[in-house]
Amino acid sequence: MVVKVFGPAYGACPQRVLTCLVELGLEFELIPIDILSGQHKKPDFLLRQPFGQVPAIEDGDFRLFESRAIIRYYAAKCARDGGVNLYGKTLEERALVDQWLEVEVNNYNSLIYTMVLQLLVLPRMGQGTDLELVRDCKGKLEKVLDVYEERLSKSKYLAGEEFTIADVSHLPNTRFLMEEGMEDLIKGRKNVYAWWIDISSRPSWKKVMEFLI
Amino acid sequence: MAAAAPVRVYGPPFSSAVSRVLACLLEKDVPFQLQPVNMAKGEHKKPDYLKIQPFGQVPAFQDESITLFESRAISRYVCEKYSTKGNKGLYGTNPLEKASIDQWLEGEGQNFNPPSSVLVFQLAFAPRMKIKQDESLIKQNKAKLAKVLDVYEKRLGESRYLAGEEFTLADLSHIPNTHYLVNVCERDELFASRENVERWWGEISSRESWRKVVDMQKSPPRG
Repeated sequence: MVVKVFGPAYGACPQRVLTCLVELGLEFELIPIDILSGQHKKPDFLLRQPFGQVPAIEDGDFRLFESRAIIRYYAAKCARDGGVNLYGKTLEERALVDQWLEVEVNNYNSLIYTMVLQLLVLPRMGQGTDLELVRDCKGKLEKVLDVYEERLSKSKYLAGEEFTIADVSHLPNTRFLMEEGMEDLIKGRKNVYAWWIDISSRPSWKKVMEFLI
Repeated sequence: MAAAAPVRVYGPPFSSAVSRVLACLLEKDVPFQLQPVNMAKGEHKKPDYLKIQPFGQVPAFQDESITLFESRAISRYVCEKYSTKGNKGLYGTNPLEKASIDQWLEGEGQNFNPPSSVLVFQLAFAPRMKIKQDESLIKQNKAKLAKVLDVYEKRLGESRYLAGEEFTLADLSHIPNTHYLVNVCERDELFASRENVERWWGEISSRESWRKVVDMQKSPPRG
């Protein structure tokens, strides 16, 4: 069954899902949703995603939203079926993947989401950027990345020696930092930078980036 | 005398993230020891604690095989590790149930938790800490939370609980902040004004597991 992914290829959350599906070798079809015209807030889309957010997926009769719930579902399925394992081989390994996925949500994405809104979204809507808020987020992010630096000095990837969905989940927002003038946050930390080079060189991420061309 | 419990939870029970883990352990009927962390004294930022939680946040968790942090990751692990104990369906019993629970648990983490945490801090903790309340922040987050609860109202008109007909981690995860909003912050109208949300809150907050957590919040064990 081909997995239908609803959402724009430039969105961080759709990218998280697409990268995961490519890594797992699953077939999918990307169905664009036009955020600029507000398609994600129209009744048709709200039936798939009641909060009006992207992405949502459809797989036969099965529907799901929330990017990290989607990647957990497919990663668990592939691991169970003896395919690619991106979600840990033991209970303890899986718990560490979940731990770093939660860190990504609460300590990483929350700050970068605010910066994306202030630096990219609001100006396009003709609103000003709160530079003090951006500076505050950047300061907090420095501290978070110090913990990542320490962690990545001890293990190759966030959850251990294997690449997992915890790493996948960090790709879209880290790309934002690299491309929007905040690459010093990454490049200034040896282990974080080596990790970024490693995970962003994977064929899966390169393929997802091709959707943007 | 009972043998020392192998499970340890670090953090004060008044913290929403700590009480999320406590409610999960009680649902799963897993004995645990609560290790107090005095946040007023900054113990969560001291080197000893940072060894088990490098971000200096609560809770942290240890059992005989792992040290873990992040309340929703700990809760998932507890459900998987003790799958045959206590409430066996708390994290579903098959992949499709788990997917639905993860969907609503992620929704809680990203849509419900941010505005509700701001409100709980502003309305319940700021006055006690003698921090001036930010009225515009309160207004803004109340509006955000109202929109989330509108989605819940519709969903809970279709199913008894968020992920389906059974109480799961997805519901449990909402209890700590909702408890403060309803019982401490006088923001109960956000919930009471929505018929299905009100029915749901009545059910999930009256569970034995949560009542025990509330008792622990009233009289935390002394360290």
